[in-house]
Amino acid sequence: MSERRTIRTDYLARVEGEGSFSVQIDGGRVEQAELRIFEPPRFFEALLRGRSFTEAPDITARICGICPVAYQTSSMNAMENLCGVEVSEATRTLRRLLYCGEWIESHALHIYMLHAPDFLGYSGAVELARDAPQIVERGLQLKKAGNELMRLVGGREIHPINVRVGGFYRAPSKQELAPLVQPLERAREAAIETVRWTAGFDFPQHEVECELVALSHPDDYAIERGRICSDRGLDISASEYTEHFEEEHLERSTALHSRLRERGTYLCGPLARYSLNHAQLSPLARELAREAGLGETCRDPFRSIIVRSVELVYACDEALRLIDSYEEPDVPAVEVRPRAGSGHGASEAPRGLLYHRYRVDADGMILEAQIVPPTSQNQQAIEDDLCGVVQQNLELSDERLQGLCEQTIRNYDPCISCATHFLRLEVTGR
Amino acid sequence: MSTTHKPTLAVWKFASCDGCQLSILDLEDELLTLAGAVEIAEFHEATSHNVAGPYDLSLVEGSITTEHDAQRIQEVRRVSKTLVTIGACATAGGVQALRNFADVADFTAAVYASPEYISTLATSTPISAHVKVDFELHGCPINKHQLLEVVSAFLRGRKPAIASTSVCTECKRRGIVCVTVAHGTPCLGPVTHAGCGALCPAYNRGCFGCYGPMEAPNTGALVPLLRSQGLDEAGVRRVFQTFNAAAPAFREVVEP
Repeated sequence: MSERRTIRTDYLARVEGEGSFSVQIDGGRVEQAELRIFEPPRFFEALLRGRSFTEAPDITARICGICPVAYQTSSMNAMENLCGVEVSEATRTLRRLLYCGEWIESHALHIYMLHAPDFLGYSGAVELARDAPQIVERGLQLKKAGNELMRLVGGREIHPINVRVGGFYRAPSKQELAPLVQPLERAREAAIETVRWTAGFDFPQHEVECELVALSHPDDYAIERGRICSDRGLDISASEYTEHFEEEHLERSTALHSRLRERGTYLCGPLARYSLNHAQLSPLARELAREAGLGETCRDPFRSIIVRSVELVYACDEALRLIDSYEEPDVPAVEVRPRAGSGHGASEAPRGLLYHRYRVDADGMILEAQIVPPTSQNQQAIEDDLCGVVQQNLELSDERLQGLCEQTIRNYDPCISCATHFLRLEVTGR
Repeated sequence: MSTTHKPTLAVWKFASCDGCQLSILDLEDELLTLAGAVEIAEFHEATSHNVAGPYDLSLVEGSITTEHDAQRIQEVRRVSKTLVTIGACATAGGVQALRNFADVADFTAAVYASPEYISTLATSTPISAHVKVDFELHGCPINKHQLLEVVSAFLRGRKPAIASTSVCTECKRRGIVCVTVAHGTPCLGPVTHAGCGALCPAYNRGCFGCYGPMEAPNTGALVPLLRSQGLDEAGVRRVFQTFNAAAPAFREVVEP
């Protein structure tokens, strides 16, 4: 094949936010792949300036309606780091519990409504429901269990209102959490079925090479806390992030690309979490991973749907464990006095590492904010993967290649709404 | 509306967090019923299957922040028989409307290394500033049960039963102890549009106005109360200038 080809989609469906991609092929060689973001900028880092440090969780939640708890948690971690505050054990338990709810609803959304239709040849979950209503209903049941958990602990499922720097506005009683147990047990059964269902999909032979980066913590499968680690020996605290990561502007692209200094492209998200921390999954989740044919690591973005399903089982298991161990605290929050300086915070959003940095004055007013969402960090890895997938499948028709490229992008569960206020925008009159 | 075909529903996104359109997918118990009652003709987040317009009902999320989107909303209006805006971004400009109070060049320079690549308008404006809107559903995010009511109402050709009173009325109805009276907590409940079900007071927190101003709010009476509860002038400004900063009744508190 020697002609020039361009494979492109101008408006990606079944991703969060507005994006497009194009892949250029010349003489049978893939020249470049570009994931473009045309979602308009919303300037969060700028509008946070002059706001109180206590407002960061509510304001940054509005970056993303799918993973608001991730933004709230990373910002609270950063502010508590800055103010030298340790939250109570009950607060930590509740935060992790709330975060499990977000993982459940977000993973269920991605697996059932955005990703599985690619493997099964449907344009969406509504179309899939016409042929297999019981499958879509299982996904909705899982999503509902996650949302119920978020509603009870956080007040509502989108942009929860109960979290604050230092703890919660109101800590639920142990009794109040009891009605969550049965739906979560049922959700765990649905999650087990989800692993078995996704493990039966057809997967191409495919692996990515890049470094895998995720939080790790000695006590548990890292979600709301931990050090930033990699499979190639990186092991740093969130406050060292800017020393090790850089954002590079490539001339051919309209986006800033995150890279590890002197190490290059890396990947965060479920594949990285699983590959670094799978030994800390619950016994049930580990057993299902084995049954599904996952090894100790997984570098296949297509199989990320199985890894997300295993994480669904874990999140249900972990939420049940947390509810069981929860003791209502005497006070819902510790007092936090602002001080001048810089704070850093990170957590594992459903899509991967989410880093926040704030500089604050002595009155607690934000002077500077930096937010690095997982989709921005994965952009280079996604583009590299697009090149690899197209190169391996040049014999396919343009139409089939286009579908395969879209699936390749959805493998990463990109959240373009998140990435937007960070990525370089080029909104032309098109 | 044709009697032989199912009515068509389209969902459109402008500058936003996706949370309000996610509310549709969060209708776990009703989603498949809804999908049976309408033809989902345009909903990028949910399906790659699109049907050409015109559409019987368009739900619009997000605010207008670029020249391109200012043109696109005209096209959306042209192909929509009924157009309903959902959420604080679409009804009031959203949190990104804080740029309306600042120099947008400073904002761009604060976020992007090469601001010359950024094409954006100086303001974030609600959809109603650009086209005729048939109904506005408030909230950051919207209440999904209210959304279902709005969709059902328009499909049946009746007016949606959505109260335009304050959060205070919802507190009273739920029997929640007033956080202002009992604890002296600053609360925007008296001037904020009902719809959330008095969530924050139920969690011992003062309302922070994410549903925007109610119909005819008496903000003039509330500001001295907020001041007496310990909010300084900047604190009052910030509490009105967050998710519905550009809604006229809240903007007037800051820029009388």
